[in-house]
Amino acid sequence: MIKIKNLEASIDDKTILKGIDLEIPAGEVHVIMGRNGSGKSTLANVIAGNEAYEVDGGSIAMNDTDITEMSIENRALEGIFLCFQYPVAIPGVGMAYFLRSALNAHRKHQGKDEMDALEFLNNAKAILSELGLDDSFLKRSINDGFSGGEKKKSEILQLLTINPKLAVLDETDSGLDVDALRTVAKGVNKFKNENNSVLIITHYQRLLNYIKPDVVHLMIDGKIVESGDMSLVERVEKDGYSWLEK
Amino acid sequence: MVDKNQQVIDKTLDQEYKYGFTTDVDQTKFEPGLDEEVIAKLSKIKNEPEWLLEWRLKAFKNWKKMSEPTWAKIDYEPIDYQALSYYAAPKQKKNDSLDDVDPEILETYNKLGISLDEQKRLEGVAVDAVFDSVSIATTFKDELAKHGVIFCSFSEAVQDHPELIKKYLGSVIPATDNYFAALNSAVFSDGSFVYIPKGVRCPMELSTYFRINATNTGQFERTLIIADEGSYVSYLEGCTAPMRDENQLHAACVELVAHKDATIKYSTIQNWFSGDKEGKGGIYNFVTKRGNCLGDNSKISWTQVETGSAITWKYPSVIMQGDNSVGEFYSVAVTKNKQQADTGTKMIHIGKNTKSTIITKGISAGEGQNTYRGGVKILKNAENAQNFSQCDSILIGDKCGAHTFPYIDVKNPSAKMEHEATTSSIGEDQLFYCNQRGIKLDDAVSMIVNGFCKEVFEELPMEFAVEAKQLIEVTLENSVG
Repeated sequence: MIKIKNLEASIDDKTILKGIDLEIPAGEVHVIMGRNGSGKSTLANVIAGNEAYEVDGGSIAMNDTDITEMSIENRALEGIFLCFQYPVAIPGVGMAYFLRSALNAHRKHQGKDEMDALEFLNNAKAILSELGLDDSFLKRSINDGFSGGEKKKSEILQLLTINPKLAVLDETDSGLDVDALRTVAKGVNKFKNENNSVLIITHYQRLLNYIKPDVVHLMIDGKIVESGDMSLVERVEKDGYSWLEK
Repeated sequence: MVDKNQQVIDKTLDQEYKYGFTTDVDQTKFEPGLDEEVIAKLSKIKNEPEWLLEWRLKAFKNWKKMSEPTWAKIDYEPIDYQALSYYAAPKQKKNDSLDDVDPEILETYNKLGISLDEQKRLEGVAVDAVFDSVSIATTFKDELAKHGVIFCSFSEAVQDHPELIKKYLGSVIPATDNYFAALNSAVFSDGSFVYIPKGVRCPMELSTYFRINATNTGQFERTLIIADEGSYVSYLEGCTAPMRDENQLHAACVELVAHKDATIKYSTIQNWFSGDKEGKGGIYNFVTKRGNCLGDNSKISWTQVETGSAITWKYPSVIMQGDNSVGEFYSVAVTKNKQQADTGTKMIHIGKNTKSTIITKGISAGEGQNTYRGGVKILKNAENAQNFSQCDSILIGDKCGAHTFPYIDVKNPSAKMEHEATTSSIGEDQLFYCNQRGIKLDDAVSMIVNGFCKEVFEELPMEFAVEAKQLIEVTLENSVG
């Protein structure tokens, strides 16, 4: 699905990613853990093509298409979806309008007909009820005045509507209460199948109690230093990260 | 990102003005120049009563003593008032049947998307079409007459309803009010007149479509709307002009009078030619608009979407004379290229329990300069007056400017005043968010800007809210990335 080779990236001339190698095959869920400032969120943003970051070396490919130089929207259309850590508010722009525009941009790219308002609405309502959200959610402005939980649920609603190939969850679990965490996990589990992939970036084990990862990576100072199974998560919960430092 | 956005902005600003065509039509046009004789000639063509000519001449005398205002944050070459023609009209006289209207002119309105054929017209909207200095046609007059509503050109009203004109003309904007209003009072040529009788809710939207076609001609229209006790009317004006290298002057006056329990809703979509990328040409739009809430419980609401003109100088205002009366001003002003807009409102609270709301959205792109200038005045006897003002500005690119000048004058301590103002750049994070969902930069910009303007667009009659949204989209197309 996604192949990242020796990726280096910086922001404001400060190097953050120092040679990342990561491959997530279709059907797998990978987790990246690491301390604050280790470059986890930078990696998520660079995968999505955030132009605040400069790619200094290496490459990113989606299904053998090199996307390193691709624009943000074209990557999105190629199937990359970022669940934002801090989803930004866009006052006055309704969720329904925004979401349908996004969905239809994807459908158009895939050579499908645009979805009409009614079909869209039925589709969205089904997802909303699974997420325990009221239909009125669609009438609100994007992320405007949303609680922390609502913002993350809105991201999951978008994930399930757009149905991308790769979902990157950038600390989606932070700041959520248990109920919201369960809802988010339920959404992600509903999303994942053998044809898509998930990359979870997190500090904590708690989300992983609900979503079982196939591979766990530990990141220190812009590099992946250790990869393995769930036992790595348990070790980190117990011992922190210092044992990884030379 | 910033550079890329700048490219999109630049591209957007290249957007052609699609109403810029000219119409080739036989016309009667005055030689350039302005003096008493010109005014007398104009008045004679219009077969005006003696008192009106005197009113014009008095205004002219005053105008000569006045000087052009310089307090606005706009910059332009001095206007040579003697180089302008003060009357231009298609040779065919206005007639009751559309068959008599020059087909070229009908075609012009068709091209603008305004069909004067009642059958083809948007349901529930009556139109008065003003071409240069004269009104060409007014639709649905008979239908409106059944309800006692008078909707006709100003010139017709002078002939058919002189008592109403005499009573109300200049009652809200005195002929000496300001430089441009005085000039308009001296030389106004045509415009629309509306009278809604007592207790009548006007059964359709009324609208006037202004088109400037002739070269070197000023357009000076005058609109007068009177809503008698307990009546309601919603009125809309639209404006376009051809692309010409010279600047064209447009100095209009709009007077509204709302009697007891009456409501007037006045909406404007102004899309005059704004000049080219270098700032050459475009309309100088110096307009005086004012409404008087004369009776108790009356309401006047202004909504404007200003996207055109090289210069906009415009402050639609409300005098709240009646107790419990309400004044509202909702505005979206877009400036791009070298456009300059200095616009806002004045809310004057005289009656008790009067309430005003001001919501403005300024959008600046390219090298555009956008100024909000607003005054709220609470007079001594205005017990429990309330004002809420919210002035938001958004900047697209880094060569444009937004400025806010609120003036507040409170003479009664019971007044409640609230003022909020924000200025922000169109957020990179907002654009990133939209792009990440597969939405193209152009679409993202128009989505964000439309969202920003939503509170104002919601005030527009539905048919026109769609038009306004599209206008913003076209105006800002390619303005980022």
